[in-house]
Amino acid sequence: MSLLDTSPINWATTGTLSPDWPGGYWLHWVVFTIIILVFVLAMVMGFIYIERRFVARIQSRLGPNRAGLFGLLQPVFDAIKVLVKEDIVPAGGDKLVHWWAPVVAFVPALMIFVVIPFQDGALLADLNIGILYVVAVGSVGMVGVFMAGWGSNNKYSVIGAMRAVAQIITYEIPLGLAIISVVLLSGSLSLNEIVNSQNIPFILLQPLGFLIYFVSACAELNRTPFDLLEADSEIVAGYHIEYSGMKFAIFYLAEYIEALAVSAIITALFLSGWRGPLLPPWLWFLIKVVVVFMFIVWVRGTIPRLRVDHAMALSWKFLLPVALLNLFITSIEVILWPLVLPWPIILLNLAIMVVLILLWSRFFKLGGGRVEV
Amino acid sequence: MGIQIAFWILAIVGVVAALAVVLLRDIFRAALALILCFLIVAGIYVTLNADFLAAMQVLIYVGAISVLIILAIMLTRDIQRGSPSNKLRIPAFVVAILFLGVVVFTMTNTAWQVASVSPQEPTVPVLATKLFGEDGFILPVEIVPLLLLAAVLGAIVLVREK
Repeated sequence: MSLLDTSPINWATTGTLSPDWPGGYWLHWVVFTIIILVFVLAMVMGFIYIERRFVARIQSRLGPNRAGLFGLLQPVFDAIKVLVKEDIVPAGGDKLVHWWAPVVAFVPALMIFVVIPFQDGALLADLNIGILYVVAVGSVGMVGVFMAGWGSNNKYSVIGAMRAVAQIITYEIPLGLAIISVVLLSGSLSLNEIVNSQNIPFILLQPLGFLIYFVSACAELNRTPFDLLEADSEIVAGYHIEYSGMKFAIFYLAEYIEALAVSAIITALFLSGWRGPLLPPWLWFLIKVVVVFMFIVWVRGTIPRLRVDHAMALSWKFLLPVALLNLFITSIEVILWPLVLPWPIILLNLAIMVVLILLWSRFFKLGGGRVEV
Repeated sequence: MGIQIAFWILAIVGVVAALAVVLLRDIFRAALALILCFLIVAGIYVTLNADFLAAMQVLIYVGAISVLIILAIMLTRDIQRGSPSNKLRIPAFVVAILFLGVVVFTMTNTAWQVASVSPQEPTVPVLATKLFGEDGFILPVEIVPLLLLAAVLGAIVLVREK
């Protein structure tokens, strides 16, 4: 049995395409590749605008409001500015590695969207390993960060890369455990199946799992409470300090694409994806993605940056044990309750979340002022 | 047809990457070639309908083991010039040729069993029942983590101060 020369869509999708979506393997591939590219680029532009304006409001200033109506054209002008900048490769840096690093960081971020369902069955490939694929592909982008740090021949960029990788590895464990709790509830790894199984959004059944996933995802995105790798006051700008012009733009874009991917995954895993009353499914999906992203920006605008050892301690000493307990409790619930009577379980889960967080914040101790990283 | 093309692309890139791992003097680039090699192996798993295995290969080898290798490289000095004091080039070459000979000999002289059944379509449930179901491999699955835990504890005890 081979994958490509059997019937057109048996491997790429499990036949859940609704009739109005184009069938046929290659047509399906072309159409969804274009949809994903357009979706990603448009949303990233929108996200950059939202982030700048929203953070500006949080910080009591106006933000970019001159270019076009309400400053809507600002991302476009930023892109043009970045495109015409000179591309500099530092002397003594590894030229080849320096050139390939943005590509290696960018491509995996884009590849995540292969399995994200825009509405029922509307996705490029409904892999039966869905969410596992997302985690696996997401871990490849780290290599690009390493390459950028190393190829720049700059000690700050190496420190930034080391911090980034340490942080990503550390937070991948509670992230994975939170995902497994969701998979236990839905009984499938495919994102489309996970959305289909959410008659009530999993954020209600998994409030603790959602919090753990959200914190870990923010850390994986290297956004502000966890942006140690580009802490300007400590290490100037992190791994992309020696990048300029288009290569820098690719890194910048990759960061926002990852933010978009995380918003879409949170939407699919915890907020019942494209499901919702009245409005068409794809609109629900878009609304939820934007809301999740605005929540991420809100966190960014509110919480100051953690110290390196604190960020590590938060994952190892707080998130990991709580995530393990959450997984344990979820598996007991899945065995004992066949999810027919959701409301008691929802209340119980909320109570468990509050108790566990309060309990663990009493246990949670930092190194008493000693920095040990 | 498509599967053949995919296999040959993967095979050629994989062999080139593997050669780059051993021939490049810059050990950081060699590590990157090794990562490419790991990814190619994952690609070959995909063509064999082992998608779970492919994701695990990427997650563990690219996401974890390669990071370990690169972190170790970052602690090494003067990596661009290789290791000038190393005198083991020729013995290593001989051993590698011998090993290659043994592997090729085994591969060509073994009567490989080919499954007559076509692979199961959603692989994850089948794999899960095999690993965790009744009369599956639940005992080895439980023993391996215990072994790993013992190894981790041993490592911590070895490197601890005092």
